[in-house]
Order: sequence, then structure tokens, then C-alpha cells
Amino acid sequence: MSTLAHDDHHDHKPTGFKRWFFSTNHKDIGTLYLIFALTMFFVGGAMAMIIRAELFQPGLQFVDPQFYNSMVTVHALIMIFGAVMPAGVGLANWMIPLMIGAPDMALPRMNNMSFWILPFAFALLLSTLFMDGGAPAGGWTMYPPLVLQTGDAFPFLIFAVHFLGISSIMGAINIIATVFNMRAPGMTLMQMPLFVWTWVITSFLLIASLPVLAGGVTMLLTDKYFGTSFFDAAGGGDPVLFQHIFWFFGHPEVYILALPAFGIVSQIIPAFARKPLFGYASMVYATASIAILSFFVWAHHMFTVGLPIKGELFFMYATMLIAVPTGVKVFNWIATMWKGSMTFETPMLFSVAFVILFTIGGFSGLMLGITPVDFQYHDTYFVVAHFHYVLLTGAIFALMAAAYYWLPKWTGNMYDERLGKIHFWLSLISSNVLFFPQHFLGLAGMPRRIPDYNIQFADFNMISSIGGFAYGITQLLFVYIVIKCAMGGKRARARSWEGAKGLEWEVPSPAPFHTFETPPKLTKKVLEGLY
Amino acid sequence: MKGISKLKSSLQKLVLALIFMPLSAMAEWALNLRQGVTPISQEIYQMHMVTLWVVTVIGVLVFGVMFWSIFHHRKSKGVKAAKFSHSTTVEIIWTIIPTAIIISLAIPATKLLIKMDDTSESAITIKATGSQWKWKYDYLDGVGEGITMFSSLDDKSKEISQRDSGLDPMDHEFYLRDVDEPIVLPINTKIRILTTSQDVIHAWWLPDLGWKRDAIPGFINDNWAVIEKTGTYRGKCTEICGAGHGYMPIVLKAVTMDDYTTWVDEKKLAQAASKNTSNIVLNMEELMTKGEKVYKAQCLVCHQANGQGLKGAFPSIVGSPVAIEVSNRMRHIQQIIYGKGLMPAFGEQLSDVDIASVVSFTRNAWGNNTGDIVQAKEVSEARKAPKVIK
Repeated sequence: MSTLAHDDHHDHKPTGFKRWFFSTNHKDIGTLYLIFALTMFFVGGAMAMIIRAELFQPGLQFVDPQFYNSMVTVHALIMIFGAVMPAGVGLANWMIPLMIGAPDMALPRMNNMSFWILPFAFALLLSTLFMDGGAPAGGWTMYPPLVLQTGDAFPFLIFAVHFLGISSIMGAINIIATVFNMRAPGMTLMQMPLFVWTWVITSFLLIASLPVLAGGVTMLLTDKYFGTSFFDAAGGGDPVLFQHIFWFFGHPEVYILALPAFGIVSQIIPAFARKPLFGYASMVYATASIAILSFFVWAHHMFTVGLPIKGELFFMYATMLIAVPTGVKVFNWIATMWKGSMTFETPMLFSVAFVILFTIGGFSGLMLGITPVDFQYHDTYFVVAHFHYVLLTGAIFALMAAAYYWLPKWTGNMYDERLGKIHFWLSLISSNVLFFPQHFLGLAGMPRRIPDYNIQFADFNMISSIGGFAYGITQLLFVYIVIKCAMGGKRARARSWEGAKGLEWEVPSPAPFHTFETPPKLTKKVLEGLY
Repeated sequence: MKGISKLKSSLQKLVLALIFMPLSAMAEWALNLRQGVTPISQEIYQMHMVTLWVVTVIGVLVFGVMFWSIFHHRKSKGVKAAKFSHSTTVEIIWTIIPTAIIISLAIPATKLLIKMDDTSESAITIKATGSQWKWKYDYLDGVGEGITMFSSLDDKSKEISQRDSGLDPMDHEFYLRDVDEPIVLPINTKIRILTTSQDVIHAWWLPDLGWKRDAIPGFINDNWAVIEKTGTYRGKCTEICGAGHGYMPIVLKAVTMDDYTTWVDEKKLAQAASKNTSNIVLNMEELMTKGEKVYKAQCLVCHQANGQGLKGAFPSIVGSPVAIEVSNRMRHIQQIIYGKGLMPAFGEQLSDVDIASVVSFTRNAWGNNTGDIVQAKEVSEARKAPKVIK
């Protein structure tokens, strides 16, 4: 223990401006990422509140249709690129070096740059809200020709996407370099915690898919300003080509958001079941299969564009196939709980809710994958319900679980368990009130991305909005809990949770500024504790 | 101040709505997909129900096991954690079973998809062309060949949907689901429906036919339906297409073949009559009344009820040189005929007298008091004159 827990008497660190702006420390950069993600979660959330307020009743009450479309568009871009992705990278920054016994990330200066690009990219994107013609309003998918009707905001949108892509690719390179080169001596790949595995696989997805998006949006830029016609049928181009390019990025992107969440719950469930993760190797293989398959299913987002039937069949089969490895993961989590000795602190509650609600999102995903029926579901609220189940009650619930699980390690204090549980139950109830009725709205025929609707959809929309407002307010409680925990509370032990395993629990809480300056020795006892 | 009082009244409405929610008279708690009125839509409904039941049963079983474990394998019940962490047999079983379920779903789905793909031997072909924000229908083949019509949101919905209208959407049963002129088609006939677009991508969807299809500029998609019941079927554009995306419904009236042929004859007569309007002369009052009607139907979504448009997106007509300077009369008329930038061309849809009225109206409304009058003859000449706009 004493060889591992590093002394903090030479724990000197810069202060103020220098510490945060010039930081090369993985923990500080991780903190910056997490705070940025939480801020963006509230900016994107405020837009969601505007959307739900407008949809509370039929008729236009608050905003114009054009502004409504901007809200729908920018809400999605912010939540995906500003909240969920940076939160995942923040966790990776904080935890991967601690989990593999490395002193820091492999490329610390690049780490600083990949974070500081983000505020500038979002300044570009958010500044469009004040421009003539308004913010981008063609949907986050940026389909031409509609996106080419964007006003002054257009180049800002394209360059914001470019910067976000550059930032993510640098983050991904850093994670791969760190994991492949800086593991504690003796730690094999198949001994790494599952969170590290899911992030390595996610990093490969990022590197393979983001350049494709960058290419696609650059073609949009040249179509608009330099007279090319990649996507203009009148010039020999094809608007559907953009959709192929976009979703070749877009589907792996879905797993970029989801795989780290899989990693998180694979850490937390064993800890609170006090039992090793069931089927570690099959978890790794299932994650890798999902990642590979994710490159062969993109056109299931485009069943209604009029693909040839052979294409529709191929993409239907490939999509349905993803259910198999995803099923394996769910079964493994349940088998981990089986005959465990479970307790239900807040991280475990969020993880269990993740397993159930992500699976419900997976069920509607399977339904959407069946091409002939998708012709009815496509672009309705059924789809909106589906992807919010996998992203909000999926990815974001897992991120919340991660925050509660590692807060003691980050701050040195235990958070207020009673408030944490209240936050969980309110989030659980409100998010289901928010999204479950949207399944019914979609099946009844309500298209997505409309600011106003017929009275036949009025009741479920009102219920959904009430859930939305409740969910939004509940998240303020989370901020309070985090601040309260950072300010003080019951002191956390090095191993903050009884059943928690892994190297991150071998260092003191809070984790000192520098850890593992000499690599930890992986004794038999330590190895048994890895997973 | 105005903003604050508006917010206040909106909040008041919100609170009232909350109180009266359970009483809302026209509540329609539709939970499930519509079965529709074609053989295909019914098969799709069956497929939907089968999949829904499959995932429900899987969910009950899997979550059942999970909750059993959650209630029994607790530390508080004194349970000691088991040590096992893998079992190849179990892993193989829970890989094979889902694979088998998926294959059993894929087989009927494949058959259904192949059936839907076969558009051969259709008796009538129509083409639906989307544009911002209305549908144009061309009857291309079969009974009714030659009919062309435009179908856009009905006037009542348009008025209610304005932000400051003060009108209640609850008063209009088919709010945002009605059009000025529905398409008419016969029942028990194989109809091929092509979709395409003039500007951005739209999507044509009638839930009761069982499918939707994107309308893509430069490309034509096809699909088919045999409607088995007479009735009025409603749907909407389902691909975001700009500010008016929520305002371009689709309405189809399915009638018997006899009624259909009668409609075709009447429609063709009316179509011939509306082509020849260049000799009609109207006085100022008549032009203003007719012009306002045309304006509401075609221009209001973008240029707004007060003619001032939306800053940055749609220019104002009030005080615009095109709409007030005498030297710009030709430009004004031709901009409506040919469109400009984001503004679509109306030359094909509107008759000479329609264009004359709406030009006269916009030159004399909201303080554009030019006193200028444009007659149908001038529009007919403008159609032949060289283009003065790009």
C-alpha cells in the first residue's frame, strides 16, 4: 500500500491563471473538461426548456418557427459535442492514468490544446444566435440543400464543427498513446479495467469517423462559396451523398457517446455487487464487435431516401445484428449482480437505471431497424424518444453515476448521499415522464422538429413538457451536491467504496497533483484487485 | 413592456392549461400505430405488433431476473458475494438465443420489404413535388392524366398559427392537418406515387398508407398503395425543410372509381377555365379583396401578416423599393412569376388575375399607399417579356 500511495509532500503546483490555462496536468485538464461539459449541459438544457415550453400547448406562444428550428439544431450540437463528449473525455483524462498506473497522459501539451479549442469552438457556434438570419436551423444533421439556406451563421457552423473534430481527434490520439505506452509494467491489455478498454475502442472510432465528417462539411462549404456542386443535383451532384457521408460519421458517433458509458457501468456494478465483472473477455470482444459493426449500419438512418432494396436489406440485417453483442453486455451486467452482495448508493442506482433504460432504448432501436416498419417510425417522435432513452437515460445517467462514483477521489470528500438519492429518484421519474409519452406521440403520427401541432397531440405533449421542466430543475440539485462535496463533507478514504477495485483506489483521496511518478508494482494482491 | 405582458399572458395560459388538463375535451389518447387502409399498412401494423411483443417479453424476462437479484442478493440481507466470473456455456446460450430471435424477425421483414418494393402494374401514377412549403401534384398516368394542382395549408390553420393571432387551436379540429385542396384518388386501384422536390428535401407521409418517402430535388422516388376504404386521410411533411416544415400537411380523399371520374371531369373543366384569366379587369376594391386572399394563402408564412417578414430570414415588403416604386412594377410581377433567392416561383401555380391581385394588394397595403393597380393583362405581358430579374 505505502509503495503505491504516493507521497504528496513535494506536491507543488502552479496557481491561478498559469495553473488552469497552461495546465499539462491530466487531473486539472480533466476537471476543466468536466466543468465545461456541465456548463454546456445547462446551456443545451436551457434550449431544451424553450423547446418544451413552446410544445407545452398547441399554437405558437413563445418563439417563431425559424428560431424554434435553431433551438432544435443547436440543442443537439451542444449536447453531443459540448456536454456528453467532453464529459467522457474529462473522465478519461482524470481516470485512465490513475487506472493504468501512469504518471500523466502521454502527450500533456496536446492535452491542454485539445481542451482549450472547445471554448473557442462553442463561442463560434453560440455567437450565431445573435447573427442576421439566426443560428443554424436545418437540424444538427446539416442536410443540404436546406443547410445551404443558413445565413451569416453558415461558415461559423462549419468551422465550429471542424474545431470540435480536431479537438476530439487530438484527445483520441492522446488516449491511445497513453494506454499503449504507459501502462504499469506487467499490466497486459486484458488486465486493463473495462473503462480503459471502452475508451481505447472509442478513440479508434473517433479517429476513423471524424475526418469523414470534416470532409463532408468542407464539401458543404465549397458548395456554398466556391461554386462546387457535390450535393446539388442541378450541377450533377447528389444531396443524398451528404447523408451517406454524414451518417458514416454519425453512426459511429452514437457509439462514441455510448461506449464510455458501458465502461463506466462495468466499473460500478462490480464495485457495488462486491463481485468481479462477469465475462470480462466477452465484454471486451462485445465492445469491439459493436464498434466494428457501427461502421456498417449507417444507412439505417436513411431508409426513406429511396435506397435500392438490396441496400435496405443489407443495412437492416447489419443493424439487427448489433443487438447480439449489446445483449451480451446487458446479460453480463445482470450476471455480475447475480448472487452478489449488493448495496445501492447513488452511483449504483444510476447504473442500474442505465441498464434498464438503455435497454428500453435498445428495444425501440431494434424496432426502428426493421426497414418496412421504419417507414412509419422514421422522423417521428418515436425516434426522438428512442435516442433520448439511449442518450439521456443512457449516456448521461452513466456520466452521473461516474461523477458520484469518483467524486470522493476527486475532492477527498464524500458527497451527501441523501441528496444524491433524491437527485437520482427525481431524475428517474422526470426523465421517464418526459420521454415515455413521446413513443405514443410518434406512433400517433407526430413528426419531429415541428414547433406546433394539432390538438390530437396536445395531452402527451403537455405531460412530456412537465417531465422536461422537472428534469431541468432537478439537475440544479446536482450542481449543489457537487459544490457542497467540493467544499467539504465526510473525509473519503483512499478506497472510498468497500467493493471498489482498481489502481485509482490505491492513491489517497483527493488524488494528489502528481501520482505514480514511479510505476506501481503489480503484486498478486494488486492484480486481484484490478477487476 | 409589450414582451413582458405577452410573457405574462403566456404564463397565465400555461397555468390555466395545467389546471384544466385532465378535462381537455378533445383529448385523443392514441397509444399505438395506425392500422391504415392498405393491405401493406396492415401488414406493417402486424410486424410492428409482433416486434413490440417480442421486445416486451424479452424485457419482462430479463428485467424480471434482474429485479429478483436486486431484491434477494443484497448485502443488507446478509448475502455473501459469490466468486464466479465467467461461464462459457451461459455465454454461448445468450449469444445464440438473440441471434435466433433476430433471424425469425428478419425473415417476415424481408418478405414484406420485397412486396413493398414492387411498383409494377399500377393503374394510376401521380407525382408529389415538395417545395417550401406546399405540395404540387401531377396526375401523370391513368384516369385523370393531365391534372395539376397545388395543395397548401388551409387558411384557417394559417391564421390560427400566427404567433399573435389570439385564436385558439382547440377550435379547429384539423388544425395544421388540413389543406386548401386535397388530392383525390380512387379506392381499390393500384396507385403509384412518385416523390420529388423543387428546393430542399421534404418527405411525403400518409400514416394510413403505411409508409413515407423522401422528396429529394433532382431525384424521383416511387412507392405504391391500394386504398381499400373511402375516407379522408391526413399526414404531414416529415423531413425538416425550413421555417414552414410544420405547416405543409398532406390530405388525400379516397373515393369510389365513379366519384373519381366525376371529380376528374370537373377538375379538368375548372383547370381550363383558370388558365384563361388575362382578360379579366377588376376595380381597386376587388383587387384588394382577392389579393389579400392570395397573400394569406401563398405569402403569409414568410412575409408575415403585417408584411414585415422576419428580420434576417424573410425581407419586408413594407417600404421595399420593389413594392412601391412605379419603375419596379415589372420587377415586382416577375419576382412572383420566377421567384428570387429563397422565394419560390409562383408563375405556374397562380393565374394572371391572382398575380395581378396580389401585386396590387402588396403595393397598397400596410402603408404602401402607391395607388398603383396592376391588371391581369399586364401580368400576361410580363410572362412574355424578357426577364428583368436574375
